[in-house]
Amino acid sequence: MQVDSPLLAAQPTAPPPMGLVALGEPRLDGALGGGLRADGLHEFHGAGPADAASAVGFALLVARLRQGLDDRPLIWARQEDALGIPYGPGLVELGVDPDTVTLLALPDGKALLRAGLDCVRDGAVAAVLLELHGKQPLLDLTATRRLALAGAKSETMVLLARSAAPPSPSAAHTRWQIAAAPSQALAASAPGFPAFTLNLLRRRGGREGFAITLEWNRDTVSFHAITPLSGAVPALAAGGALDPQRKSAG
Amino acid sequence: MLIEKQRGALRIAALNPTALRLKLEPGQALADARGCVPDLAAFPHDPAGDLAFLDRLSRRCDDYTPSVQLYPPQGMVLDVTGCAHLYGGEDALRDGLVAEIAAKGLTVRAALADTVPAARALARYAGESVEALPIAALEVEPETRHALGRAGFRRIGDLASLPRKVLAARFGPAMTTQLARLLAEEDVHLVPQPWQDAVFAEQRFAEPIGRSDDVIEVIEMLLERAAVQLAERGQGGRRFAMRLHRSDGHVAQLEVETGAPTRDSALVLRLLRERIDSLADPLDPGFGYDSIDLAVPHSETLAETQAPLEAERQQPGEIGRLLDRLAVRHGPARVRRFAAGSSHMPERAGKLRPLNIKGKTSSWLKVGETEPPLRPLVLLDPPQKVGVVDSIPDGPPRQFIWQGKPHRVLRQEGPERIAAEWWRRRGGHMDNPGLTRDYYRVEDETGHRFWLFRHGLYGAEAEHPDWYVHGLFP
Repeated sequence: MQVDSPLLAAQPTAPPPMGLVALGEPRLDGALGGGLRADGLHEFHGAGPADAASAVGFALLVARLRQGLDDRPLIWARQEDALGIPYGPGLVELGVDPDTVTLLALPDGKALLRAGLDCVRDGAVAAVLLELHGKQPLLDLTATRRLALAGAKSETMVLLARSAAPPSPSAAHTRWQIAAAPSQALAASAPGFPAFTLNLLRRRGGREGFAITLEWNRDTVSFHAITPLSGAVPALAAGGALDPQRKSAG
Repeated sequence: MLIEKQRGALRIAALNPTALRLKLEPGQALADARGCVPDLAAFPHDPAGDLAFLDRLSRRCDDYTPSVQLYPPQGMVLDVTGCAHLYGGEDALRDGLVAEIAAKGLTVRAALADTVPAARALARYAGESVEALPIAALEVEPETRHALGRAGFRRIGDLASLPRKVLAARFGPAMTTQLARLLAEEDVHLVPQPWQDAVFAEQRFAEPIGRSDDVIEVIEMLLERAAVQLAERGQGGRRFAMRLHRSDGHVAQLEVETGAPTRDSALVLRLLRERIDSLADPLDPGFGYDSIDLAVPHSETLAETQAPLEAERQQPGEIGRLLDRLAVRHGPARVRRFAAGSSHMPERAGKLRPLNIKGKTSSWLKVGETEPPLRPLVLLDPPQKVGVVDSIPDGPPRQFIWQGKPHRVLRQEGPERIAAEWWRRRGGHMDNPGLTRDYYRVEDETGHRFWLFRHGLYGAEAEHPDWYVHGLFP
């Protein structure tokens, strides 16, 4: 046994070729072994039909965190008939610079996958976000594997935000279910910061079935855990108050 | 009628024949003219646009002669020496040219003469002979012209017979020079428009070629030749058009556009491969191509740069090439960038602009620290109407139905009142200012956040205002 132990120890802890994207919440990052693979393929499924905006919003925020590693721009590809249009001022409100995001509006899932693979292979962007609605017969194990391999080669993170999609085999490194979570109410019971309930459905070579509710903090560019429905927790303390200089300058 | 701002007032710059008949004149103040003719149609004068148009028109005249000179604001002189026989004589050439330009809806006056000033004067004053032209046809200083008038000269013919020395002593040597030119005693040279041929490269083959690798290789060679021509001019191509002439007469056309001017043949070639890949009907060489040519119809200034030491080295974050490729493959309208608009109306404050359309950009508004997002990630365009089940007057709905599902509002913030842009509406300043919108951020019991607005103020603007959802927050 002693002879084998260095080998055994070396294999599972071999560091991934690229860095990890830490989400900011220690409990979650710990469970993920440091964070999400920066060159991996990650799937975010909206829990219900109304959670599409949450799934794509969460994926966009992960892309924003990925951008923090090397400052490359982002690509957001979606179908032309997807609900609504991405809104620049809303991106600013989330802490994403709209000038670093290029949007592709494509006619169907086939074109979307093709363009997505092109973008991932190119390596000019930090992350490629593919927003897909409904069943996508073309997005099978082979297609996802192709995306994952291309991403690992070009050091690009691939994010699939899906809604109304039945579970299908996929080569994703992680698969999450995302639902909107009630926010921590602000003064006068105003809706608070973006909040998501995450459910880790699958993780390649790791622990599954992990659930947590996260809140996004634009000022610190990170997530942190909240206890849902806890009521009167002041959600303001993080960020601004710690940095009086910035506040006075702004 | 065209107006422009002169000496702090709006004055008439140019008039059409109808307006001239109404006894208006250039230089008159717009207010005075309106006093005479109340329902006057006035449009701003655009000298730069006129000049650009004249320039374009002169390029068309290159069909007639290679030397064309512009005389802004309205004139153009063609040197037709040695060109007229192609059109069957000078008069036929003039008539053909006049007919061609008149077909565009312009009023043309043309004249043929031995010198430039004579031709211009004859065209302007519609005279038959130079001698019969009024003194005003002489291109001299206004004071000199005035002095000539005072001396009793009315026509050019009055001056022609007088001794030039006397005239020069009295009215200055410039005047006699002009007179000599007008009377075709002295010639003046034309300064033709500088004309650059479009960058063009062509390769003909002794035998038709059919293998696609060969074709690509030839195109690469043509691109390199074009790159040399472009480099000489300090320009880079934005559009590259190739024509493949098949031996049976069929011509296949291929065109690629780049987002930025380039002389990089490898880049264009890559775009071209994409274009060929995305063709609905693939290139069919048939019995082979006889010749291939390449033109660069659109080029822009591009400074000389040092070639990278490592070939094909891609800088991280260099997204331009990727976007070019996507635009070629999927169409430039599908590749969009976010553009900030300078408006408080939500739908105008943030837009998506296709890659190929340039426009002015304003900067994004800063957001306050420690504030939750006040604008949605996804904007519904147009806003979707919701059914309100239970509401309190002058507040957000307590329950609403959107897309067939009820949502009970637990948290809300608002209203953020956004008034309509009355200045964009017909009669907006009087009785049709548009409805005010009251925006609310609401969250339902399952944590979904919406951006709702009430269209119209309660009671004041609408009896039962409608509610719409305009955006979704994550």
